[in-house]
Amino acid sequence: MKLGRHSDLPLKGDATGRFLPWLVALMVYLSAVSLAGVFVLNGLVRSWDHDVSGTLTVQVQPVPGEAGEALTDERVRQAVELMRRTPGVLAARPLDKKQILALLEPWLGNTDVVKDLPLPRLIDVTIDADSNLDLVSLADRLSRSVQGATLDDHRIWLSRLINLSRTTEWVAIAILVLIGCVTSATVIYATRTSMAVHRGVIEVLHLIGAHDDYIARQFADRSFALGFAGGLIGLALAVPSLTAIGWAARRIEGGFLPSLSLPVSGWVMIGLLPVAAATLSMLTARLAVHATLARMP
Amino acid sequence: MRHNRRGEHIIRLDGVGLRYGLGPEVLRDISFALPSGSFHFLTGSSGAGKSSLLRLMYLGLRPTRGRVMLFDKDIALTKRYELPALRRRIGVVFQDFRLLDHLSAMDNVALPLRVRGVKEAEVRKHVPELLNWVGLADQINAKPPTLSGGQKQRVAIARAVIGRPDLLLADEPTGNVDDHIAMRLLHLFEELNRLGTTVLIATHNQGLIDRFPQHPRLHLERGTVYEAEEVPA
Ligand SMILES: Nc1ncnc2c1ncn2[C@@H]1O[C@H](COP(=O)(O)OP(=O)(O)OP(=O)(O)O)[C@@H](O)[C@H]1O
Ligand SMILES: [Mg+2]
Repeated sequence: MKLGRHSDLPLKGDATGRFLPWLVALMVYLSAVSLAGVFVLNGLVRSWDHDVSGTLTVQVQPVPGEAGEALTDERVRQAVELMRRTPGVLAARPLDKKQILALLEPWLGNTDVVKDLPLPRLIDVTIDADSNLDLVSLADRLSRSVQGATLDDHRIWLSRLINLSRTTEWVAIAILVLIGCVTSATVIYATRTSMAVHRGVIEVLHLIGAHDDYIARQFADRSFALGFAGGLIGLALAVPSLTAIGWAARRIEGGFLPSLSLPVSGWVMIGLLPVAAATLSMLTARLAVHATLARMP
Repeated sequence: MRHNRRGEHIIRLDGVGLRYGLGPEVLRDISFALPSGSFHFLTGSSGAGKSSLLRLMYLGLRPTRGRVMLFDKDIALTKRYELPALRRRIGVVFQDFRLLDHLSAMDNVALPLRVRGVKEAEVRKHVPELLNWVGLADQINAKPPTLSGGQKQRVAIARAVIGRPDLLLADEPTGNVDDHIAMRLLHLFEELNRLGTTVLIATHNQGLIDRFPQHPRLHLERGTVYEAEEVPA
C-alpha cells in the first residue's frame, strides 16, 4: 500500500473487497430514500400543523324548495350567533355563494353548471388556538340547536393525517436503524471471514508483540475505505432517484398538497451518508477484530 | 540496558502441564528455569514436545496447569494489555518459519520494529545490515515463496533477533542449512548471548550440539524436562 497508512496484512483484493462495497452501496441507497422520506414527512406535518391550527368550518345543509333559501339564511344566522356566543371562538364569518363557488372551482371546473344547485353554506370559524374548546361537545350542541348544521373539524381529520405521517416517519427512522444493524452485521461477518483467511499473519503479528489495536486498525482502515467507496456508489444512485421523485411530486402538487421538496438540511444529511456508512463499517470492524483477538492466548 | 539483569531467572516453569484439547498430556510436571544470560540447547526425539514447550514460553499457548513466570511476572495474573510488552522482549524462530508470504524479506524482518513503532529511517538502516550478516544481501526484496528453505530460515532468524530480544527461543533454527551456515548462525546466537540475550535452541542436530560443549542441555523425554546429566538411562 503506497497510499494511506502502513499495513502488514494482504487485505487488498481479498473477497471482502469485492462484495462489501456493493452491499454498503445498497444500504446507503435505501438509507437515502428513507431519510428523504423522514424529511419530507416532517415538512408535511409541520405545514399541516401550521395551516390547521385555529380554523373550523360549519356547514349548513340547504333547505330545498321555494322558501328554502330564506330558511337556510336563517339557519346560517343562528349558527353564526351560536358560534359567536361560544367562549374561545374569535370570529365566525359566513361565506357567500360566490366564495363557495370559488372554492369549488378547482374540483368542479366551470361553476356555471352548479350555480343553481342547492349548495351547502359554509361558515369560517376562527378559534383561539390556546383555548381548550371542547370541539366534540360544540359539534353536538350545534347540530342539536340548528337543524342541518354540522361542525366540520379539519383538526380532527388532519390530526389523524398528522398521526399517520408521524407513524410513517417513525417507521422510516426504524428502517434506518435496521439498515445500520444489517450493515454492521455484514461488516462483522466480512471481517471475521477476512480474519480467518489471514489468521496466520494475525497470529505472527500477535506473537511478535503487536497490540490488538495495531492489528484492528489495519482491518478498520480497510473497512473504512470499502464502506466509503460503497457509500459513494449508493449516493451516486440515490441522488438521481430522489431528484426524479421530487420532480414527479412537484408536477402533481396542486394547492392541497404542501411542498414535497427535500429541504437543504435533508440533502446535507444524505450527502453525509457515505461518511456515516464508512465510520460505521470502521467501528464495527474494529470491535469485531478486538473480540476475535481477545480469544487468542 | 537490560532491565531483567536484576532478576535471577528470565523464565521459570513450575509444575507445568499441557494437553491439546481433550488429548493426552503432552507435557507434564515441567519445572525448570533459565538463568538470565544463559545459553541452552533443548533436545528430545521427534514428537517429544519441544515445539509445544517453546510455544508455552513465547506465550503462544497457555499451560493447562502449573505456573509460568516470565520476566518475573506470573503470566496467569498478567493483564492482557501488558502481554505485548513481554512478547516484544522475546525473539522466536518458528520451526515452520511463519514468514509472511506477501512481504519482502526486508519487510518480514522489519515487522518486529514496525510493530514497536520504530522510525522508518532506523528500520531501513538496521534491517539490510542484518540481512547482509545472514548472507541474504541479494534477497532483500525477494518474497518468501521464491526463497529456498535455508534462505527462509535465515530470514526467520533475522526477524527473531532484529529487536535484540532478552530471550531468544529458536526451534530447529539450523534444520535447513549446511554446516557452514549453521555454524555462522550459532555464532550469531552466541554473539547475541554475549550482549545479554538468554538463548534456548531446540534441535535434533547432535553434531552441532557436540561442537558447543560449553552450553548445557535440557532434554525432553516422556513429557518432562531433565537437565542433561540426570537423563534416566
Ligand atoms: N496443535 C496441536 N494439536 C494437537 N496436538 C498437537 C498439536 N501440536 C503438537 N501436538 C502433539 O504434541 C506432541 C508434541 O509435539 P511437538 O510439535 O511439540 O513435538 P516436537 O518435539 O517439536 O517434535 P519435532 O522434533 O518433530 O518438531 C505430538 O504428539 C503432537 O502430535
Ligand atoms: Mg517441533
